Amino acid sequence: MPQHDYMEQHRKKHGERLDREERLRKKEAREVHRRSKFAQKVHGLRAKLYNAKRYKEKAQMRKTLAMHQEKTSKRANQEGAPEGAVPAYLIDREGVSRAKVLSNSVKQKRAEKAGKWSVPLPKVKPVADDEMFKIMQSGKRKAKSWKRMVTKVTFVGENFTRKAPKFERFIRPTGLRFKKAHVTHPDLQATFCLDILGVKKNPSSPMYTTLGVITKGTVIEVNVSELGLVTTSGKVVWGKYAQVTNNPELDGCINAVLLV
Amino acid sequence: MARAVASVLGRNGTGAVVCLLGSMVVQFQDATGKQTGPRIDLPTDSTPAQLELLINELRKATDPTEESQGKVPYSCYINDVEVLDSLRDTLESQGIVNGEAVINISYQPLAVFRVRPVVRCTDTMPGHTEAVIHVSFSPDGRRLASGGGDTTVRFWDTGTSLPKFTCQGHRHHVLCTAWSPDGSRFASADKAGEIRLWDPATGLAVGQPLQGHKQHITSLAWEPLHLNQGKGERLASSSKDGTVRVWNVRTGACLTTLAQHTNSVECCKWGGQGVLYTGSRDRTVKIWALQGRDGEAGFGKLVKTLVGHGHRINTLALNTDYVLRTGPFDHTGSLALDAASPMEAAEAKYRKFLEGSEGRERLVSGSDDFTLFLWDPLGEEGGKKPLARMTGHQQAVNHISFSPDGRYVASASFDKKVKTWDGRTGRFLSTLVGHVGAVYMVAWSPDSRLLVSASKDSTLKLWDVAKGAKAKETLPGHMDEVYALDWAPNGASVASGSKDRTIKIWRA
Repeated sequence: MPQHDYMEQHRKKHGERLDREERLRKKEAREVHRRSKFAQKVHGLRAKLYNAKRYKEKAQMRKTLAMHQEKTSKRANQEGAPEGAVPAYLIDREGVSRAKVLSNSVKQKRAEKAGKWSVPLPKVKPVADDEMFKIMQSGKRKAKSWKRMVTKVTFVGENFTRKAPKFERFIRPTGLRFKKAHVTHPDLQATFCLDILGVKKNPSSPMYTTLGVITKGTVIEVNVSELGLVTTSGKVVWGKYAQVTNNPELDGCINAVLLV
Repeated sequence: MARAVASVLGRNGTGAVVCLLGSMVVQFQDATGKQTGPRIDLPTDSTPAQLELLINELRKATDPTEESQGKVPYSCYINDVEVLDSLRDTLESQGIVNGEAVINISYQPLAVFRVRPVVRCTDTMPGHTEAVIHVSFSPDGRRLASGGGDTTVRFWDTGTSLPKFTCQGHRHHVLCTAWSPDGSRFASADKAGEIRLWDPATGLAVGQPLQGHKQHITSLAWEPLHLNQGKGERLASSSKDGTVRVWNVRTGACLTTLAQHTNSVECCKWGGQGVLYTGSRDRTVKIWALQGRDGEAGFGKLVKTLVGHGHRINTLALNTDYVLRTGPFDHTGSLALDAASPMEAAEAKYRKFLEGSEGRERLVSGSDDFTLFLWDPLGEEGGKKPLARMTGHQQAVNHISFSPDGRYVASASFDKKVKTWDGRTGRFLSTLVGHVGAVYMVAWSPDSRLLVSASKDSTLKLWDVAKGAKAKETLPGHMDEVYALDWAPNGASVASGSKDRTIKIWRA
């Protein structure tokens, strides 16, 4: 490799070779053959890497070609007006959020009956019992082991009191109880800290649902009264469902997406 | 003994209620302060209905021409407070305890007809393939026009609630529609700054589009019918590009370009005295003289600039809006029979209205600084100072509407509230609470007793102005924000246009 610009210096002093153009053309013409020979010869991991690289190059090339074609090809005049028409008094008013009013309450009810929602996280890794519960030894000799402690985040209702130790099969530790969730409205792209009203469905097991366990993918009901959403009949919506998107037991907070 | 007297005197023995037990001397006077009839001794438990009867009798006794009119409803005021239940309640609420003094009761005529409150959606009219942005009834209330984001203007028949014509031609969202006061011409304006004219009888385009504005058009205003020999062929348009253009729609010529605003002009209103009022984002209201013939010197001269607002002005309203809009048509939507021509009918109506409102046109401007200003722009005092600054809203005021009789002003704001104000003094009357989203528009019934508001929360609400703060009816049904609203000038129906692409007709 040249260590300095002596080649440029030389070119400046003496000029290019007279057959430079011709040599360049030939070099370029041979290039494809050289590549082809290499592509046929190469195998193993190198072949994989080479093909991946070549694939990317070709995709880029196709894109560039399409773009150039677009410039030259004739199209029908852009007739259609843009979408999202607003009245004159709302044009260029920033800060006025254009949240869609929730017009699909009927759909939601139907989905609720079927126990299905079109959710942002359709597939959730099931949580097995032995991961969910820690076995607790009890009795004078610690010989009994019918008690379980929930190791995940839970939601208990407003006026929850624990049962007597004799009847309390599942212990939900206070440190893992949550009341609030950070809920993102997908249309508004805004996040609100909302009260949890209940656990609607934990996909792993109906028992977790009744226990109020919140894991990733759980559908919870949140209090959205402060968002000012309205049904078609003009009533204020205050309970809506949201799906948890993080692992609350690992993160120490609940993040969820509102199901609109 | 003392105890006995106290028990006779009143509930707590203070004597504050003494005079209000029996009767008191009152003097009736009309809105201008002219006294009607002699002083009368009236029982304090008189109701508004009884007072109304008495005023009718007194007026007939003093003025024989009143005889022909039949019974006219009146509302009575003591110190600008309306008598709602009985004289006693009003007096007690004001703390008037002196039984010796003469109480002045001023009265104001109300509309002789009553509009029945709209309570149900009778028709949903689909057709637009994008949000409906503007709806407007024709001056006789028989036809409806709408402009939408699908670039079409559509005419509807209100009798059958069926589409009549679909007018294609605009190349961008149709933002404004406007009927000429005689109902024979119709203009629509779009976001690209183009104005098109349509024949409402056939739905065909009239002439070439009026081009000149460089940005979207914010409002349109037709010349009142009684000006310019009743031709009614001039149209003003205000635009985002900061100019106002006045067009002759017959010739298609731009008569003048008023370009002294330094920012977007948000609203224009053509007053009945030959002036154009424009409100702009540069925080000023400007008044332009548009009298006389087209090419005359001084046509389009700036008369006055009203300064006062601290932020952009969004909307204007005139107390003559309804009178000018309906032109020669009366409240039933029929032409007055005794007038020689529509122009004379319109002029007579306008003069009669002015007589009832101290001969002046009043202007209200609403702004992003959360306030409204009441102006008397052509008054004797020069009109440069506002009559009142109306504060109370907590967010920008989006739309204002004067009641058809000019007594009230209603303002819609993004703070989810509608407020009503006295149209003469600018005094605050009430806050109408109930919407859970920004209120976009308000519209009055022709009898000035009812008010309807359209909101972002997808509902309309109907309010009875005299009854106060709670909504009389909530009109749900739209699936999305309600952008456009209009009450037919003949009072028969209300039309609302929404982002859900439908127009709904509401009736009694």
